[in-house]
Amino acid sequence: MTIYNMYIFDRYGTLLYYGEWNRTKQSGMSREEEGKLMFGMLFSIKSFVTKISPLDPKEGFISYKTSKYTIHHLETPSGLKFALNTDNQAQGMRELLKKIYSDIYVKYVIRNPLCGIGEPIISELFKTKLDLFIKQAPLSAARAS
Amino acid sequence: MSRQTSRLDAKKVNSELLTLTYGALVSQMLKEIDNTDDVNKQLERIGYNMGVRLIEDFLARTGSNRCLEMRETADKIQQAFRLYLNMQPTVTSWSSAGDEFSLVWDQCPLSEWVEMPNNGLKYCGLIPGAIRGALQMVQLDVQCWFIQDQLKGDAVTELRVKYIKRLEDAVPAGED
Repeated sequence: MTIYNMYIFDRYGTLLYYGEWNRTKQSGMSREEEGKLMFGMLFSIKSFVTKISPLDPKEGFISYKTSKYTIHHLETPSGLKFALNTDNQAQGMRELLKKIYSDIYVKYVIRNPLCGIGEPIISELFKTKLDLFIKQAPLSAARAS
Repeated sequence: MSRQTSRLDAKKVNSELLTLTYGALVSQMLKEIDNTDDVNKQLERIGYNMGVRLIEDFLARTGSNRCLEMRETADKIQQAFRLYLNMQPTVTSWSSAGDEFSLVWDQCPLSEWVEMPNNGLKYCGLIPGAIRGALQMVQLDVQCWFIQDQLKGDAVTELRVKYIKRLEDAVPAGED
């Protein structure tokens, strides 16, 4: 399985972080524009899913799939949105996203007083840890499946 | 991975260290700021800024979901007190509408060995600030204030929490 890229948004739609690993085709617009488009779509899908659901939605919007890729979505109660783009074989990405939130984001951004809340993350430490985490992830997921 | 979480939980410090550090902070602020009201305001602000970050840590540790009503929120706040201050306040005095409650405790690590000058200082002013900041991040607007304080001679410390409103989801950027 392959992890292509990841977006982290805060609840106001600010693109806090963008990470890219195996992306071969770019969208052809600036990162900022792409972020807005992405957030807008996640926001719309979320409200669509909640409105259209015939039952009380518990987890809400979790992922969507096209013929080429799957976007996995995790929203925390504090409104942070994590969107991870992988190939269609990827499994257990929700757990992975939760780990990114609790083990990487909270540890290296929230506990780092130099990282402002609601500002794009420029911490090198965060980037290094995230890259390392993503590199190690496929192995563990492959073993689990 | 589970080993890592247990190591995270085991990272405990002696509460005396916290007590004394907090005491040093408050006394330094009293030295630098003449007006006690301003000290109270600053403590509240520091608490708010802590709460804004603390909530993420709390959510990551407990895996909590959104609360649907205030009673659930009260339970979570109680849980947070246990987690961060190792104390177990009781939740009481619900208002009839269920939008207001009190947290009551008789011992708090922050105010151990403290004798208060009689000048209107809210020694534990950090706590209501932290609650307000944390709840604001989960889209709950609340008001928090002390109605009883052991340091002022009351039998227990009582903190009142009042729900004001639910903050709405922000619309995506670019729609304004």
